[in-house]
Amino acid sequence: MAAFYSFLAVLALIVIPWLGVGMGMGALFGIVLPYIAIIIFMVGFTMRIVDWAKSPVPFCIPTTGGQQKSLPWIKNSPWDNPYDKKGVFMRMVLEVLCFRSLFRNTSVKLQQEGPKVGYSSEKSLWLFALIFHYCFLLILVRHLRFFMAPVPYPVHIAEFLDSILQIGLPVMYQSDALILAGLLFLLARRVFDGKVRYISLMQDYFPLLLLVGIVVTGIWMRYVVKVDVIAVKELAMGIVTLHPHMPKAAIDPSVYAHLTLVCALFIYFPFSKLMHMGGVFLSPTRVAPNMSRRAMWVNPWNDPSIKPHSYAAYEDDFREKMIEAGLPVDKQA
Amino acid sequence: MAKYPPPEELIKINYTTPVKSWMDTKTAFKPGNFSYPGKPDILKYLGMPNPREWTPTDDDWKLPPDWQRIVMEKFRSLLKKYRSFKIFMDICVRCGACADKCHFFIGGGDPKNMPVLRAELLRSIYRGEFSAAAKVLGKLAGARKLEEDVIKEWFLYFYQCTECRRCSLFCPYGIDTAEITMMARELLHEVGCNINWILEPAANCNRTGNHLGIQPHAYKDMMDFLCDDIEEITGKRIRPNVNKKGCEILFITPSGDIFADPGIYTYMGYLILFEHLGLDVTWSTYASEGGNFGLFTSDKMMKKLNAKMYAEAERLGAKWILGGECGHMWRVINQYMSTMNGPADFLETPVSPITGTKFDAAAGTKMLHIAEFTADLIKHGKLNLDPSRNDNFKTTFHDSCNPARGMGLFEEPRYVLKNVCRYFYEMPENTIREQTFCCGGGAGLNNEEFTETRLRGGLPRGNAVKYVRDRHGVNNLACVCAIDRATLPPLCDYWAPGVGVSGLHELVGNAIILDGEKKRTTDLRQNPLPGMEDEEE
Ligand code: SF4
Ligand code: SF4
Repeated sequence: MAAFYSFLAVLALIVIPWLGVGMGMGALFGIVLPYIAIIIFMVGFTMRIVDWAKSPVPFCIPTTGGQQKSLPWIKNSPWDNPYDKKGVFMRMVLEVLCFRSLFRNTSVKLQQEGPKVGYSSEKSLWLFALIFHYCFLLILVRHLRFFMAPVPYPVHIAEFLDSILQIGLPVMYQSDALILAGLLFLLARRVFDGKVRYISLMQDYFPLLLLVGIVVTGIWMRYVVKVDVIAVKELAMGIVTLHPHMPKAAIDPSVYAHLTLVCALFIYFPFSKLMHMGGVFLSPTRVAPNMSRRAMWVNPWNDPSIKPHSYAAYEDDFREKMIEAGLPVDKQA
Repeated sequence: MAKYPPPEELIKINYTTPVKSWMDTKTAFKPGNFSYPGKPDILKYLGMPNPREWTPTDDDWKLPPDWQRIVMEKFRSLLKKYRSFKIFMDICVRCGACADKCHFFIGGGDPKNMPVLRAELLRSIYRGEFSAAAKVLGKLAGARKLEEDVIKEWFLYFYQCTECRRCSLFCPYGIDTAEITMMARELLHEVGCNINWILEPAANCNRTGNHLGIQPHAYKDMMDFLCDDIEEITGKRIRPNVNKKGCEILFITPSGDIFADPGIYTYMGYLILFEHLGLDVTWSTYASEGGNFGLFTSDKMMKKLNAKMYAEAERLGAKWILGGECGHMWRVINQYMSTMNGPADFLETPVSPITGTKFDAAAGTKMLHIAEFTADLIKHGKLNLDPSRNDNFKTTFHDSCNPARGMGLFEEPRYVLKNVCRYFYEMPENTIREQTFCCGGGAGLNNEEFTETRLRGGLPRGNAVKYVRDRHGVNNLACVCAIDRATLPPLCDYWAPGVGVSGLHELVGNAIILDGEKKRTTDLRQNPLPGMEDEEE
């Protein structure tokens, strides 16, 4: 149900601009909407981060994934159990660039004979998630050619690497195929893996389908209708240079559909789980070093008025018995 | 003994998920799947809200009239106090990587025990109250209203989480369901829904200094009794200091170890170690509890109970504190103590008086783990050991959740173990160290009425023990946690019969050769030593 509604929503985001442009609303979808989307994305993203950052981290609670640093002759794991900023930096690099925690993933198998509970390494989620995220990044970088003149060198490199297989004309980018594979895997997991289906909500299907929509319209534009790239660039440059105008040459409606989906993604981003992109950098179990036994970690709302049940009160309670048992007391009875 | 099904039946676990949405499945309380609620007089003593007589199987839970407002207010204040809470509410992508990492899910198959869904129980209310879009979309967007059934569901599932943090290790964003459970328990306290097995020890600890409510003279008696046993075994009389001022070191360990088998043997191990070293150390009856059930209650309670350690060290004029074998006690010491009750400037960074090693790892809290202390002694050759005395034990090692994932204490106990025992075998890789499985009874859930669920949750651990038993003939599971020493014996009896449980320092105590001791014929349990089976006492 949730998947179906998400699908309808994405479909609507394709059909509406497609028809709308036909009715002469090109400027609305080509200029107004992108500005709105960019503003909402930037303001929304910042506000979310600020909102998180406003809550303090009262305790130092890293999840330690390796040996602590204690005695000099015991080898510690500085990246899985960092004790300083350098270690945390490495932990985060591994986490963000290599999905370290997901790499650990296992799956449980239960055998009735024995009985035996077995754990096997399960890397498919890690692999496809990694493929998806890296392709997304690469495609993003490739798209910079529409927003920059002259096109910067790194963008050329990205394009070169991405088209190294030289399939067809226009050159086929591997990332287009791979990102689709990644997205479809993630989607299939949600639909066919009972556990994941059980926990999936509309806000899990929607961004996946939205991205599928973006990729499919993108592929359609590039390989099927082969849109007028010069005109698209003119439109894009107009937006970034703050001199928005509609290009004279006509642009295929699929471009508007693609653009609208992208805008929808930008608008949706700050209000959704996609914020994990920013949140991971603030997650206290990952970004705090395991140092609170070495040095002071300060809790801003620590309440100094909370005192233990005092020794004096304790002794008052038990003095006679303590004396009888031969235990020392501070005050004689 | 509570009634529960035999292993053959319990193992028939179904991991498939229902077709119906989880929001439509009603929470079912059955004997064995919940713990008894907090008694009214205990709640009153602790000054906690809504003390009353009730049981979870009642229809009416007698919540206060404006309970919804109370819960939501607390929710808001917790979001303001903890970034962890806010972030964990917001960024879960429901990837499911954590789903089959929880021992309660593995051993029970109830989908609401998947960490992600446990968190969703709370998140659904968060969305329903704080997100306009989710409110409109309702169930499709995982949002719902706060109703009495939700409170019942929270009570069941947040008291079916042992705060072991295994899920957080595997989560790509480090979402820690243990942290979420702590928040949920704080919400439940506001309307008086909590369990007695946590609150009574907390109340006891406050007054008598330990969970079991042992009064000072009784504590001293039990200590003398254990010293009698040591004298019988070794021929040496130990006279430990208690509440003595001016000693260099204050020693604090969980009270479970003075009271119950097999913890008492670990306690004897400490006594023998200190005697062997001639350590200038005192025990305390006022701070006679290392464990801290406040961790399972609220940050306030945790701070209040923990504060005794520093208060007593200051009163006695100790230089630093040595801590015994305990799991959650060490999570508190490592991650909370100095923040809550420090800085303890009246203490010094621990230095071993025997080897001169300065323990920088404890420079802030001034409190040292006994496994670190003993490992350093062995490394410097300061202990006179005869590991062959432990030859009857083929041992493996259980990493307790808290020192594992809340500290990273892996090598120290293993180093000690390998030096005091000659037969040591590791359990499978995915069940030890940072991936270790819970004993099923952490976070205050080691009570009798909960046994069935504990045994289910104990399946992954129990099965790993069985594996090394069958493969290497392992007959002993060593651990550094007092709760483990209480929960693992029934667990082993159930899933891996024939395997016993011991503390690390019990084995140390067996191996240490005291100056001038008589020829030992038995170990600390008074079982014959290897080759001494025929020896007359
Ligand atoms: S692993 Fe983390 S992000 Fe994935 S479902 Fe579990 S809590 Fe959510
Ligand atoms: S903390 Fe442990 S018991 Fe709680 S949900 Fe995570 S894995 Fe399960």
